[in-house]
Amino acid sequence: MTGPFLKPKRKNPLARTTQPLLPPSARSRKAHGLTLAAATGRFMLQCCGECGRYTYPAREACPNCLSSDLTFKGAPTGGSLLSETRIEVTSDPYFREHMPWRTGLVQLDCGPIVIAHLHGGCGGPGSRLKLSLQLDRAGQAAFFAKPISETPHMEDDPQWREMTADPRHRRVLITDGRSPLALPLAQALRKAEAARIFVGVTDRWKPFEQQALLEAIEGVEFVDLDLTSERSVQELAMDIGAKVEILINTADHVRPAHLFDAGATNTAREVMDHTVMGLMRLAQAFGPVMRSRGADGAAGTVAWVNVLSVHGLSNVPQFGVHSAAHAACLSLSQWLRTELRPGGIRVVNAFTGPLDTEWFQTVPPPKVAPKALADAVLDGLKRGLEDIYVGDVAKDIEARLFDNPKAVEREAGQ
Amino acid sequence: MVLSRARQSYDGVVLAVPVTVPYQRYSIETAHWWMGKALRALAQGAGISHRDFDGFSVASFTMGPDVAVGLTQHFGLSPRHIDHVPMGGAAGIVSLRRAARAVQAGDADIVACVAADTNRVDSFRNLLAGFSRFSQDAVYPYGAGGANGSFALIARHYMDHYGATREDFGKLCVAQRDNALRNPDALMKKPLTLEQYMSARAIAEPFHLFDCVMPCAGAEAFLVMREETAVSLGLPFVRLLSAIERHNAFAEDPVQVRGGWVVDRDELYGMAGFAPDDMDFVQTYDDYAVISMMQFEDLGFCAKGEGPDFVRQHTFTIDGSFPHNTSGGQLSVGQAGAAGGHLGLTEAMRQLLWTAKGRQVEDAKLGLVSGFGMINYDRGLASAAAILSRAS
Repeated sequence: MTGPFLKPKRKNPLARTTQPLLPPSARSRKAHGLTLAAATGRFMLQCCGECGRYTYPAREACPNCLSSDLTFKGAPTGGSLLSETRIEVTSDPYFREHMPWRTGLVQLDCGPIVIAHLHGGCGGPGSRLKLSLQLDRAGQAAFFAKPISETPHMEDDPQWREMTADPRHRRVLITDGRSPLALPLAQALRKAEAARIFVGVTDRWKPFEQQALLEAIEGVEFVDLDLTSERSVQELAMDIGAKVEILINTADHVRPAHLFDAGATNTAREVMDHTVMGLMRLAQAFGPVMRSRGADGAAGTVAWVNVLSVHGLSNVPQFGVHSAAHAACLSLSQWLRTELRPGGIRVVNAFTGPLDTEWFQTVPPPKVAPKALADAVLDGLKRGLEDIYVGDVAKDIEARLFDNPKAVEREAGQ
Repeated sequence: MVLSRARQSYDGVVLAVPVTVPYQRYSIETAHWWMGKALRALAQGAGISHRDFDGFSVASFTMGPDVAVGLTQHFGLSPRHIDHVPMGGAAGIVSLRRAARAVQAGDADIVACVAADTNRVDSFRNLLAGFSRFSQDAVYPYGAGGANGSFALIARHYMDHYGATREDFGKLCVAQRDNALRNPDALMKKPLTLEQYMSARAIAEPFHLFDCVMPCAGAEAFLVMREETAVSLGLPFVRLLSAIERHNAFAEDPVQVRGGWVVDRDELYGMAGFAPDDMDFVQTYDDYAVISMMQFEDLGFCAKGEGPDFVRQHTFTIDGSFPHNTSGGQLSVGQAGAAGGHLGLTEAMRQLLWTAKGRQVEDAKLGLVSGFGMINYDRGLASAAAILSRAS
């Protein structure tokens, strides 16, 4: 059983900050099929294309028929606990700081036997379990078993919290308060019991639409932040960098321009300055301090979220500049992901279809309501996802890219 | 498909010169240093030069980046039969089986079987982290409990199914410590009581401190040759009567409750012409007491599930009923990597040569040695056993 995760005591400012460590991260190339599934919250195992049997651990040939046609396929998530242990002693430095650690041998309903992290609420051998694939602090996939039905304070299990980025009792920075996302995000974070919500605002003297509603949320604090100014970003990081456990970059700058327009490069430069360079300035200012605080107590730094356009994955001509900028942001985000990994910080990309806002006025539905995007980000943090596709358009593009990226390219703009 | 014919006997195959290079908890030396010591002791024991060994079989986890052939140059050997047996706890018997066939066929006259591992301050962690692909992908990232974590899952399941208790495991551990106190080479020098065993700190439930072997550095070695070679060298020897090995048996068992011995044990006793009751002592592979218990069952000393009762009925001490792991086993001598898979063989040789000094089993003429190893993913894959007899 899990006790509630209480708000951690204020840290003694003289105490040394615990350095982040990672669980063992070596994996075979085949095993990254699980990483792919875990990153998007799927449950997949290798399945033999010839004899149809699921197999695990990841192999190069089916042990039943020796076919090499082993692809990762969705699998049922049920299983039964065969045996369990509580590890109290390890030679691994990461796990040493998290002892005891509960693991078990689980017979999956689809056949294979897996060693899984066990949620504290799981019963003993014989009990039924629901499995998921999670990314651990090293960013590598791992099986996690939970009891079938909800148990009290289920989200607060210390092992589960290592696999997720729950905002509970954490402080969050939303980088662009003027974004239509800011309000629903702040509301959702408040509901998720975030300890504090910093909201970056440019030119504070200029009022904006949701200002009053935002201000009214308990825990919200406006801070000066202009992503186009290196100085502004650096100053904010100096001020609150060590108080941000989750950073959500909501900055965007949608300006239409045709590729052949005179002056399109100026538009592009401006868009890039707000988005790509903005992200880079944020990374430079907040990256190092966030990376260093990955193990700073039970509510240490845990995630960096980028809200990206799904068109960054494949260009659409109506929003060509925007697509190109977000493609660059995605690339930068992958870089940032590698740089933050030593801190155990999860870089989450939330790919969204067109938002239901003024800049996408001309786009026909379905569009994404800002609240839906905010809820998806919160859900992704709580479930420990790395890639989130929000809305029907983004999900459609994800599925089509997985199927045939060339078709997506050819059909764009038609 | 023509099925396998009856196996040829090991007639005329003998083992001589059991060597133990006394273990150390940690060593600043490499595995090669320990192998060199073992080879030298073999040569001195046989009264010949190490260059006269025309067969060389080696087992080690820490000899990298070298392979067996590289070691021939390192040690100045020029063998015509060479083997590397990276099979952990089964390595000793597998090495013996291969050497036996080599000397029988005349491919070699004298095979030096050597197992050695060093233990540096951090080498055990590195060994665990990179033990196998399945372990790297699917075991080690789950709490990094190493072998303790993996065997804890097997032990817990065995306890749940067959009613074994921690006291049963403790009885074997305590008996082995009693035996070890009579072995000057054992790293564990202090007596162990059942109370101490029960109250020791937890390592990975149900295992507590004294359920676990202590990794250390050391070497074990012996020579395999034909009887006439031993006679011509004037060497006392023991005979190999039979030997089996089996890998990845019972893959369909959800959790390991038995090893491959079950598949081949009739042949083991059949070839030897003896039954389990005829054994004067047994050396099991005791990485954990639960595995020894499994071996009592799978090698026919009792039926499956009767291991706990069997343990309650015997003393397992040198002078008592069912002398078992008379050296103290790995639990009390130490686990020197792959040498742990040879400890039972060298100890059995000493018992049968009547050179076991203070721990001699009286009138020992027949002994069974068992090996088990390589927890690649969720279970030990390799199992092996051999029956040895006194020369006359």
